[in-house]
This record gives sequence, C-alpha cells and structure tokens, in this order.
Amino acid sequence: MKLDSKIPDGPLAEKWTKHKFNLKLVNPANKRKYDIIVVGTGLAGASAAASLGELGYNVKAFCFQDSARRAHSIAAQGGINAAKNYQNDGDSVYRLFYDTIKGGDYRAREGNVYRLAQESVNIIDQCVAQGVPFAREYGGLLANRSFGGAQVSRTFYARGQTGQQLLLGAYSALNRQISNGKVKMYPRTEMLDVVLVDGKARGIITRDLVTGKIEAHSAHAVLLCTGGYGNVFFLSTNAKGCNATAIWRAHKKGALFGNPCFTQIHPTCIPVSGDHQSKLTLMSESLRNDGRVWVPKVARPGLKAKDAVNIPEAERDYFLERRYPSFGNLVPRDVASRNAKNMCDDGRGVGSGLAVFLDFADAIKRDGKKVIEAKYGNLFDMYKQITGDNPYEAPMMIYPAVHYTMGGLWVDYNLMTTVPGLYALGEANFSDHGANRLGASALMQGLADGYFVIPYTIGDYLAGMPTEKISADRGEFREALEKVNSTILKFLSIKGKKTVDQFHRELGLTMWDYCGMARNAEGLKKAKTHIRQLRDEFWQNVNVLGSSNELNQELEKAMRVADFMELGELMVDDALHREESCGGHFREEYQTPDGEAQRRDDLFTYAAAWEYKGENQVEVLHKEELIFENVKLTQRSYK
Amino acid sequence: MKITLKIWRQKNQGAKGSFKEYKVDHVSPDMSFLEMLDVLNTELILKGEEPIAFDHDCREGICGTCSLYINGRPHGPLQTTTCQLHMRTFKDGEIITIEPWRAKAFPIIKDLVVDRGAFERIQQAGGYVSVNTGGVPDANEIPIPKKVADEAFDAAACIGCGACVAACKNASAMLFVSAKVSQLALLPQGKPEKKERVERMVAQMDAEGFGACTNTGACEAECPKSISLSNIARMNREYFSAKFSSYEVTTKGEG
Repeated sequence: MKLDSKIPDGPLAEKWTKHKFNLKLVNPANKRKYDIIVVGTGLAGASAAASLGELGYNVKAFCFQDSARRAHSIAAQGGINAAKNYQNDGDSVYRLFYDTIKGGDYRAREGNVYRLAQESVNIIDQCVAQGVPFAREYGGLLANRSFGGAQVSRTFYARGQTGQQLLLGAYSALNRQISNGKVKMYPRTEMLDVVLVDGKARGIITRDLVTGKIEAHSAHAVLLCTGGYGNVFFLSTNAKGCNATAIWRAHKKGALFGNPCFTQIHPTCIPVSGDHQSKLTLMSESLRNDGRVWVPKVARPGLKAKDAVNIPEAERDYFLERRYPSFGNLVPRDVASRNAKNMCDDGRGVGSGLAVFLDFADAIKRDGKKVIEAKYGNLFDMYKQITGDNPYEAPMMIYPAVHYTMGGLWVDYNLMTTVPGLYALGEANFSDHGANRLGASALMQGLADGYFVIPYTIGDYLAGMPTEKISADRGEFREALEKVNSTILKFLSIKGKKTVDQFHRELGLTMWDYCGMARNAEGLKKAKTHIRQLRDEFWQNVNVLGSSNELNQELEKAMRVADFMELGELMVDDALHREESCGGHFREEYQTPDGEAQRRDDLFTYAAAWEYKGENQVEVLHKEELIFENVKLTQRSYK
Repeated sequence: MKITLKIWRQKNQGAKGSFKEYKVDHVSPDMSFLEMLDVLNTELILKGEEPIAFDHDCREGICGTCSLYINGRPHGPLQTTTCQLHMRTFKDGEIITIEPWRAKAFPIIKDLVVDRGAFERIQQAGGYVSVNTGGVPDANEIPIPKKVADEAFDAAACIGCGACVAACKNASAMLFVSAKVSQLALLPQGKPEKKERVERMVAQMDAEGFGACTNTGACEAECPKSISLSNIARMNREYFSAKFSSYEVTTKGEG
C-alpha cells in the first residue's frame, strides 16, 4: 500500500487556496441526492453535520449521548487559538503554524498545519456570528490570553468553559438543520461497525442504546468524528463514555491507524485520591498563566497543601521557571508533565507523593483576590468541591493525567482515511498535532475540520460517485449486522467472575505504567504480554448481566473495553517501534544529557500508519515521510 | 463511612417501579457520589444482581448528563451537579434516597435514567441564529459591551441537565428555555430573529407538557450553574412584546 497524503504542491501559503480551486464540485441540485453519515456530535461532528446540511446534503448524525450537546468537546476549558493578531503582539498565520509544528516536535505535516492556522481566523468569526459569548474587553472587542508553547496572546476564551460555548454554537447550527429537515439526529445510538461495498464506505451498523435494536444505515460517505482514545488508560480526563469503538472498527475494516502511541499527558490535573477513582479532572492550562509550579527542594513526604505556606521561599524549587527561564510555567504540556514526574520520581512529590504544587499566592498578592477570582473562579470552585481544599488559601496539588490522543485514523489532506468514502475529523484523526498538541489547539482543529475543510473536500469525492442509493438490506450490511449481534450474544453468555470495569482498570494501569509518560523497550514488551493475557481472560471471565434488548450500560462498556484492549496493544507496538523520543512519546533510552526528548530525525521523520491484518496477526507498518520545506528541524527548546 | 441507600428501580418505561434498599460499607469521604454508585454496582454485579442504571458522562460538572433526585433535591444537598457531589457532604450512617427526575415531560427509561428529548425539540424550534458557515463578518466588526457579553454568557452557561424542571412543583421548563432565549436576545447577532425565536420555543415548550411557571424560584435555587430567575422575566418580556408586534409565524424553520 502506498500512502498518498495528497498535499498540494506549491508554496505553503498557497496550497489550500489552490487545492480548493482544484477540488471538484457537486452542483446544488445534486447535493440533495447524496446521503452522508456523521458519527459523533462534538465540535468536529456537529460543525460538519450542520455545514453539510446547509450545503444541501442529507445528513444522518449519530451520538451515544442523550443529546448532541453532551459530546466531550463540552468539557474543554481554556480556549481556542486563532491567528487574529488582535493584540498587536506579533502574531500571524505563519507564527501559529510555526508554533504548532514546533510544539508537535516536528512530527506533523506542514501543509495540514498551515491550513489549520489559516482557517483559525474564520472559526472565531463564525462562532461570534452564531452568538458564542466570548470574553470581551470593556471597549466591546474580544479578549485574548496566552497559553502554553506560545509567546503571543492568541487564545480566545469564554471563562473556563470555552469548549462548552463553542459546542453549543455548533449544536445550535446543527439544531437549525434538524429543524430544516436536512439533518436527522439519532441520539443514544452507538456505531458498532462500518460497512464497505465494493471497497468503499457505504454505511454503518448501530445499536439503539434504549431499545437495543441493531440497525443498518446506508449512505454515500461516512464521517467519523468520534474523538480520542484516552480512555484506554481507564483513568483520564475524558468523559466516561469516550471510546475508540468507531475508529477501531473502521481500522479493522481497512483504515490505517496513525501514530497510535502519541498520547498527551496533561500536567495540571487533580491527583488520584483512591482506588475508587473513576476519572481525573483537568484544571485548565490557563492556570499556568498565574500559578507557579513548585516542590520543596528537599523531600518532605506527605506534605499537605495547608502546610505549604510555611515553607520559606529559599526552600522551594520552582522547577519549570528554573529549567526553562524563557517560557517558565508556560512550557508545552509534555515538557511540564515530564518535569513533574521527574520531581516525584526524585521523591520530592507532595501529598500522596504523586503531586506537585500550583501556587497562586504571588498572583493574589500582585493582582488581588478579585482579579484572580474573575479569571479562574469556576476552576477554583471546582477544585474546592473535588478536594475539599481552598486554593485561595493554599496551593493546589496537581499531577499529570492522560488527556488527549494525537494519534488516530490516518487521513490524507482531504481528511479521507485509506478507505474511500470514509473520513475522520477532529481528535479521531492523526493529522495536525504531531507528537504533542499545544493548548487551545484541539478546539481549533475540530472546528476547522468540520466547518471549513470537509465541506470542500467531500464534494471532490461525491462528484465522482453515482447518486444512486444502495439498500441497507444488501448482503454486506446483513453480514456486518449479524457479526455485531453475535458479539453481543457472546458477551451475555460468558457470565464470568469479574466486572468490565475491573478489566478496564487493569488494562489502564498497565498502559499507564509502561506506555505512559515514560516508556522503555523492556517495559513495553512486558505490557504487550500482559495485555494479551488480560484480553484472553476478559473473553472468558467477564460478567455482563441483563439482556441485549434494553438499556444495558454494562454491555455498552464491555464492547468498548474489548476494543480498548486491542488498541492498547497497537499503542504498545507503535511505542516500541519508535526508537526515539518526541513530544509526548518519551523513550527513556533516547534523551539528551539534560533529560530532554531526543529525536532521531534521520530515522523517524515519518508518520507511522498501521494496517490491520486479522485477529492476533502482527499489524503491518507503513511510513509516510514528513517533508519539511519551510521549517528547519531543531532540538525543541523552551529554555 | 457506612450508608444506606433507597434507590428507585424500574425495569423500563412501562414497568411498575419501586424503591429498593442497599447498604454500602467502606465509603470514602473523598469519593464522588457517582463513584459510590460505581462501588455499589460492582458489588451488585459480583453478586449476580443487575446494576443500577444512571446517566453520567463527563463527571466534571459540565456535560449535564448526570441527574438524580437525592434526598428530595435535584443533584442533592449542594448547588452542584451530582457528579461534583462528594460523600464528605453526607454523614456516616445516613440513609440516602435516590430517585430519577420526576416530570411528565421526562419519561423514565430505566431505573434513574430519564428521556430529556423534550429539551432537544425546544432547542430545535428556535434556539439558534440563522447563519450558514462562511460569509460572516469579522469577529471584531460588532463591538459588544462587556456587561452585555457577560450577561449573555451567564445565561449560556446552562448545561441542560433538567434540574430546574425536577425542582419545580409544576415541572416547568421556564428557566431552561429562558436561558437560551436570553442569551440570543441579548446579543446583537440574535436580535433579528428574537421575536420568532421566543414564540416558537415557548410553543414547543407548551407542546411538550411542561407545567406553568408560578415564580416560586425553586429552579434558580437548585440550578447547578446559577442560572438567574431574571432570565424568566426577560423571556416573558420578549414573549409579550413578540405577541403584540411580530409577524405571524406560519412556517417551520427558515425564519
């Protein structure tokens, strides 16, 4: 298989414009003859479904939540980047492009990232027109703040609830199309397989989560906007329902999986409080604008937040400011996380030992409590609610947690996977963030893909396709449907001795220990063996009660965990093969003398795309060389 | 901590439901309320009993999926979502009663899970600004006074959980509907359609079978996102002014 990224030739700044002109168009009268399936209704899915409905296509949109508005994009806190340069501080499309390429540790495509930076400015205009209430200055114009990995203020925000407001904007556009009859919405419906006819994606199999009914839906193209797979780790900042089932089933039907081991560990999350922990809560990166990260210079096991105030300045180590004087507390996420881990490995962690302080005392002294409250009030309240500690009086305790997955289905410049007619948008694809995503860039990518990329690129595919619909009764659909049914019956018949969550937790621990913030060959090999064993045990000893024709949350989880087990193994394989450190992928064997990630550009300047070869078969690696014509690859430095 | 739970169990919408009692030992005060239910569910499954169905997703207080009527109050004793409620709020040995949202417009699906589709249909009736993707003015073209933007944000912070309906003795959805109406009526982008919007959304709200508002303010008192009662006043104002002056709405969509 030859991977063709379809990046247009020509100067960087002209690629997208030129490409848009070269794409074939579907005439307005014909658009209504094409059906498009959109799975997932987060920022990417809702914006795509709405925009395609507006163009005249017939859209069917699916989400497993009870409302499209509850997709996990809703939880994004900090903001969205855009190269508006409203602050007159030297920002530009090129600078946003450059920061994103560098932030991703030179493992993303120049063409894609430049397009993302170009479209960023349109996103803000679009959201404002929809009535998204962004933060504003007293003069009535939009406010900005700075985020990790950048030295300009280009982040637009709506208090600590930017994702919510952007998603509600896209959701309102989606609702308008539902009302117009151009989008048919299927809430509480989960996609369980993709159906190929003559090698092209022509539909999906779904389960109605309330009645248990398994159904086939046919269309001319299928868009997967189903988010990331951070829940492989069990504990993550993702919502409990976030899962990899849609992309994994697509992978098993022929879509290559790009860079599965590239996961982002977010530095500022609330530490684990006990074995009962079901998820981890993020404290927005924006807190690092004013909060100072530190640990005691000498180990003080069990140090509590309320006692931190008694530690004199001279005995504190503000390790990010010390090691990275120019970026300080605003270094990118991977760097901040790794440093926090190193401090804790060094025995200088506070609280349970797996935590560092994020201290606002200086900011409160400088700006007053009122100003800090206006900026971060809701985050401080949330922290207090969860931990019982008051961050106005004592520092927060934070620790890194799994947050985002840069890997995902491999897509070309048109966002099409290696299966014709099957697209992946937003976090579900691998395309724009390389080995590390910068803060406030996920919202940007989700909306760019949905509002401004797919409406153009999908036309090019559909224009070459007959308008005839195909029946969802065909053999290919029936076969897929029966397979889904038999998997469900299998689960209900095992009647083992362990719950789905128990298996999931075990998988998560293995992934965290061996394929988390630091990885090495020995550990990864151990993880692989363990995941295999766990998977075998899962299929023999899991207990899923209830029946298939009702709301059955255990059954839903079991199917998702089965896919996480297989994906976990691929993540380990990918991490093992990439014998370098880059961004969030830190192989202990490859580091600079001062402990920074050591890339090996001569060997690994490529995107890894894995091809599924069947049950228990080793996946085949394909390489897409990354070509840098504009940016010089250097050791990423934030010092 | 040790606690006793009285939980509403109901097989499906048509079935007759009842309270069942469960004891949970070894409850940590640091657990969230939902984590306590996870622990109970694990115990139930290991005993071969069907776990309790309840809605939840983000578990950080923003998606609006979780519900639960706890000891007679939506989302329990604190003004927060159930997922942000922690067991340290309760006393050792306490008996806690858990019910689903109770409202005719929110039929029960199973146990503690209800169908909030009525909210969706209200939003679809007009909770949007009719702009297509592309071709919009620059974001800074229309300045919006900070105060107005902040007030619109306060209304837009609604998470659509339905606590307002559950709290209301009439099961009225006025707080939810008024939050969206207010957000868009306050902003210049929403003004061109403000009359049709409020008429359509209110008509849909009534069609869904929500009760009338009698201004008791229970909704505001229980709202986990502090959506203000003044939104209801604004919606009433918008509605009356629309009724007196708007064109008759005869078409659906494409307002």
